[in-house]
Amino acid sequence: MPFKIISSQCTSCSACEPECPNVAIREKGGTFVIDPKKCTECIGHFDEPQCVAVCPVDNTCVIDTSLPRYQAPA
Amino acid sequence: MDISAQHDASSNVADVGEIMQAIAEHKGCGTTGGSGKASCGSGAGQGDLPTEIWEKVKNHPCYSEEAHHHYARMHVAVAPACNIQCNYCNRKYDCANESRPGVVSEKLTPEQAAKKVLAVASTIPQMTVLGIAGPGDPLANPEKTFKTFELIYNTAPDIKLCLSTNGLMLPDHVDTIAKYNVDHVTITINMVDPEIGAQIYPWIFYKHKRYTGYEAAKILTDRQLQGLEMLTERGILCKINSVMIPGINDKHLVEVNKAVKSRGAFLHNIMPLISAPEHGTVFGLNGQRGPSAQELKALQDSCEGEMNMMRHCRQCRADAVGLLGEDRSAEFTTDKIMAMEVKYDADTRKAYQAKVEEERIAKVAAKKEELAELAGASSDIKVLAAVATKGSGLINEHFGHAKEFQVYELSTAGAKFVGHRRVDLYCQGGYGEEDSLETIIRAINDCHAVFVAKIGGCPKGDLIKAGIEPVDQYAHEFIEKSAIAWFKAYLDKVNSGEITHVERGDAAIRQGALISAA
Repeated sequence: MPFKIISSQCTSCSACEPECPNVAIREKGGTFVIDPKKCTECIGHFDEPQCVAVCPVDNTCVIDTSLPRYQAPA
Repeated sequence: MDISAQHDASSNVADVGEIMQAIAEHKGCGTTGGSGKASCGSGAGQGDLPTEIWEKVKNHPCYSEEAHHHYARMHVAVAPACNIQCNYCNRKYDCANESRPGVVSEKLTPEQAAKKVLAVASTIPQMTVLGIAGPGDPLANPEKTFKTFELIYNTAPDIKLCLSTNGLMLPDHVDTIAKYNVDHVTITINMVDPEIGAQIYPWIFYKHKRYTGYEAAKILTDRQLQGLEMLTERGILCKINSVMIPGINDKHLVEVNKAVKSRGAFLHNIMPLISAPEHGTVFGLNGQRGPSAQELKALQDSCEGEMNMMRHCRQCRADAVGLLGEDRSAEFTTDKIMAMEVKYDADTRKAYQAKVEEERIAKVAAKKEELAELAGASSDIKVLAAVATKGSGLINEHFGHAKEFQVYELSTAGAKFVGHRRVDLYCQGGYGEEDSLETIIRAINDCHAVFVAKIGGCPKGDLIKAGIEPVDQYAHEFIEKSAIAWFKAYLDKVNSGEITHVERGDAAIRQGALISAA
């Protein structure tokens, strides 16, 4: 349950919010955050994670390694 | 009010053919002969512009050079998201004294933006235009952008709406743009060749996918040109912004000019690259330089035979407020606006603007009269003159207070606005008073004279030493009339052998900050 936003790098541009197919992104305390319970790494939706593809700052939307990877339902 | 009922796209259809015909026949406004046409809207005002187009541009400071001395604009920063990355842009950088596209101090909701527009319209009655230009791309935030237009259209229908876009999503929104009566659209087009585009745009985000390199630039250019064609078909005036990047697209912009002209664009604005390293852009960090003042002017001149060129752009912020050469955004922060008691008084605005029109007519008449004096004089001499002005087309700023100088080209054809030079020193840590005079001389080094309302003895001496004549005898008089009178006297002195005409050198375009909010 996988992507997170590094808040110190987030410009708060909001580009990721409407792109998320799981509506997992919202504004919190001036930057944007991903709800790990909702994030599916865009598996089943798109070829690439949408937040990563649209984010203007490289390496800001990254895999949260403290959590297990998303498993698509069988 | 239901906008769709009022401005059903079909109700415009009858006019479109006529307007397109008018645009096609229109080969530029304010034709002056000699070196080609003047900047749009200068000359005798309407010039050879068809009336329906003149009505659209006459109070728009960005679309009419002449209007920009009198009318103000504002941008509201409701569109933070972007869908492409440009090597000259880094939106993370925000200094209060910084002024350039893509930068903004605070984002607004559409409701806050609507209130801000009314607050500004009541305080600055000559504010006639509301634009949405970012800080991202308006059409990457379509809900926020169009909601803002709707709110403003309903409360202040006399304010012209415009938007500035990178064009990627333009074809999808052309009908909505027409529906909300947005009749000025600016598209930033830096190339029509994807090979060149790949050096400017590292990536685009399109249809849920990030594209890079040639493929990204190919999609972008196709969408931009398609969007331009769709807009001009609907009679919406289009301005094309191009960033001049020496060594990358400087020569290519002549091709861009032809491509946009053939698709019905109204005005072309070639701007110098801003690439100060402290902005943290790719171009800033890799040492890509911007053009010099004469390089920029030469490119603008070479495109001018093809179509109207805009030379008065100040490359303003996505939250700019005021005349183009000033920034009053600090007076209208969200906190201040929300505390303001705003009453929108359309009649006061109208009365004020009627006064502005009188002033404007007087200015044009004065210029015509002076020009008649010059009739019959023949000379190949062309000189540039810098002018310190606070607006209204007058020489009304002190030399030492000027944050910019407007530059006019003087010839026997008259006085033609050809650009402006920024000379303010904000954000320039370490520069003192003495350096400031050097900076000014560097910025207007290609000028023969500088017209001011007042000037101190010391700078006067240094300017004369640098070969620039300080002229304060026309204080508080009309710029063009005075410049023509001075030029006439200059020619007389050259002809009588009293002085020898010498060419001037190049000048530097200042990078970074434009205006202090103070």
